[in-house]
Amino acid sequence: MQAHQRMLDPTPNGLHSGESPLLQTLGLTKRYGDFLANDSIDIDIWPKEIHALLGENGAGKSTLVKAIYGLIQPSAGEIRWQGARIVLSGPSEARSRGIGMVFQHFSLFDNLTVAENVALGLDGRESFKDMSARLEQVSKTYGLPLDPKREVWQLSVGERQRIEIVRALMQDPKFLILDEPTAVLTPQEADQLFIVLERLKAEGRAILYISHKLEEVKRLCDTATILRGGKKVETCNPRLETAASLARMMVGGEIKEVKAPAGRQTTVPRLVVNDLSLAPSEAHGVRLEHISFELKGGEILGIAGVAGNGQDELFAALSGERLSRDPGTVVIEGIAAGHLSITQRRKLGAAFVPEERLGHGTAPRMRLSENALLTGHAASGMVRRGFIDTAATLKTVDRATETFDVRKAKRDPEAASLSGGNLQKFIVGREILRNPAVLVVSQPTWGVDAGAAAVIRQALLDLATAGAAVLVTSQDLDELAEIADRIAVMFHGRLSAPLATSEATREKLGLLMGGSSLEPKEAAHAVGA
Amino acid sequence: MELVEAIILAVLAASTPLLIAATGELVTERSGVLNLGVEGMMIVGAACGFAGAWLTGSILVGALFGIVAGTLMSLVFALMALGLAVNQVATGLALTILGIGLSGLIGAGFVGERITPAAHLYIPGLTDIPLIGRVLFGEDGFVYFSIALIVGVWWFLYRTRAGLILRACGDNHVSAHALGYPVLRIRTFAVMFGGACAGLAGAYLPLAYTPFFIPGMTAGRGWIALALVVFASWRPGRLVVGAYLFGAVTILQLHAQGWGVGIPSQFMSALPYLATVIVLVLLSRARTGGSTAPAALGTVFVPDR
Repeated sequence: MQAHQRMLDPTPNGLHSGESPLLQTLGLTKRYGDFLANDSIDIDIWPKEIHALLGENGAGKSTLVKAIYGLIQPSAGEIRWQGARIVLSGPSEARSRGIGMVFQHFSLFDNLTVAENVALGLDGRESFKDMSARLEQVSKTYGLPLDPKREVWQLSVGERQRIEIVRALMQDPKFLILDEPTAVLTPQEADQLFIVLERLKAEGRAILYISHKLEEVKRLCDTATILRGGKKVETCNPRLETAASLARMMVGGEIKEVKAPAGRQTTVPRLVVNDLSLAPSEAHGVRLEHISFELKGGEILGIAGVAGNGQDELFAALSGERLSRDPGTVVIEGIAAGHLSITQRRKLGAAFVPEERLGHGTAPRMRLSENALLTGHAASGMVRRGFIDTAATLKTVDRATETFDVRKAKRDPEAASLSGGNLQKFIVGREILRNPAVLVVSQPTWGVDAGAAAVIRQALLDLATAGAAVLVTSQDLDELAEIADRIAVMFHGRLSAPLATSEATREKLGLLMGGSSLEPKEAAHAVGA
Repeated sequence: MELVEAIILAVLAASTPLLIAATGELVTERSGVLNLGVEGMMIVGAACGFAGAWLTGSILVGALFGIVAGTLMSLVFALMALGLAVNQVATGLALTILGIGLSGLIGAGFVGERITPAAHLYIPGLTDIPLIGRVLFGEDGFVYFSIALIVGVWWFLYRTRAGLILRACGDNHVSAHALGYPVLRIRTFAVMFGGACAGLAGAYLPLAYTPFFIPGMTAGRGWIALALVVFASWRPGRLVVGAYLFGAVTILQLHAQGWGVGIPSQFMSALPYLATVIVLVLLSRARTGGSTAPAALGTVFVPDR
């Protein structure tokens, strides 16, 4: 049986002779209506292996791991576990067989304690007391400190991920799936995670590691399987590839390089923030504290930081979704605007692109032309004497489509029908076509395919060259390094002093993202304490 | 003294239906479902409960009729709001309107009939103790049951794994689904429990409170039960305090009118609601983070398959 199987599935690099794969998928297919999310995927995962699963958004990575974890049933094909075919009835069966998963969007319960959260991920055969004791032991063994009695909403993103990992480890899994685990971590936190993963591998476990970050994959993973458009493209050894060659396989072609146009000059300050403090508006919100910066025309300022450190609150304060008591805290084009509404700020020449595309950047069930009107009605001549100029709104859609290569099925479809990348190109295009003096954009390429990301970054650079002031909030440090002139870091509602991009090393940014200060005086104090 | 005892007994009697209905709604809401149809389920429970007791002559059968009627009503809600993912607020309001009409239809033939109300406990010696005897040892079965019910619900929610899973569904149904818990099935059970409690609370009115049925006899108690759950910030302990407080306000308002206190009765009737608003404000000021309400309350969940 085993010999027969090996003949069917020759291992890619011959490293695993004499064993059978821990987990195999054979022709795994998942169909949603006419759409093939996974098209006949074969993948072998061996013990003591960190196996990367690479692909752009929509390539089918999530669908594949959901099928392996029993969350969805494949339409065709099979899953083999230690050589034998299995049909998983659900995640609890997957867990009981030794398959664990750490989700990208954490499956945690904010208002329950750490121990309760862990208990929910286990089968409940041991008493709560025994479970709590084991929780402490596992978290100590792997160097993942946790306080079992705290409620999750009080914890940082890194701590939340620790809960997920400890919860998975408490089932002593043979195979652990991690879905983009470093997307929300500082570089230092990511390094700590890699130590844990190496240790798990040394213990004989297998890991399936989903990521966009190619350098990370090259450093950590033994094997990489690349998906594109629901199909498997290649299985290779990432250490023998370059980041560029991996990217080519993911995208299926060359990615246009973003070029900073020459002759960019900074002019007058166009967006100034003076000592902006703002109480949180919701239960889990962050308080903004004494934020100040000055942004000149022709300049791109990047704001880095782990999600949830006040970036959303800052965006709301700049866009006018939340107003300040003191008008002088936000100055747009020399005019105190802290008390002005979104529309009034747009009339001053500001434009805003929020992080959430559907539901914040656009109304999902409205047409693109209607969405163009929603942000352009005050200052772009789409309304005449109170009536909508439909021709003008359609023209805006056409111009955005042409300039930014938005691909869509109809001339004027519903926003929700576009893919993430195309919708983001439309939203950024809609704002840029208004020729803003100030553009505030949050996570411009989050969940966007590499081709669209390049178009958007280029557009931001071109806009700055044309004299606008651009503020980019992003968690992607590579993106900020590529387009920003200066980078500041947000932590617990405070903004660090901006560093010139040339001086902003990953290490420095990582320290700031973790809440450390770069000033030597404070560093010495910290060591002393 | 006699008067004080009478008032306490009246307060307990007025509070019991509120406590039972609110306990059911608390469990429903803890699972993340907002069922605004409590009033409708109660009034159908009242009509069916009276019908059952009148036809068989048994209070117990009447109570069971009330429970079954409330549960059936809640299944209508579960089918719409959970099975078909219809908006919960609209469904709950429709359920109340349906319930009021349905109870009129069921109860039409029973208006004007009387039954022997539920018997009160009598333990010689203990019940005869002045002042506290009748309060502690001379109640009807519903009162004792309501106390056992809320203690049981507390124990279930905070001391059992099933209770933890139910709270988890109310906090984040996406996560609960991702961990493999059958969110919709759990919620259906929670809704049914809420319906059973509301039906029983409704049946209490014609079986113990007044020994006859009149249309619309719940008179807004279902809405007070809903307010109580919010007042109690979804905690069983506070729910007991709230239920007796609301019951007391209701009774005191009647006595205040009798004594000729110069406050308009409408103002007194509004006191329970005013108290809810004040408590909510105090709670939200006192808590620095986290949310008091179940985070997924009232949101529609459709699992991806």
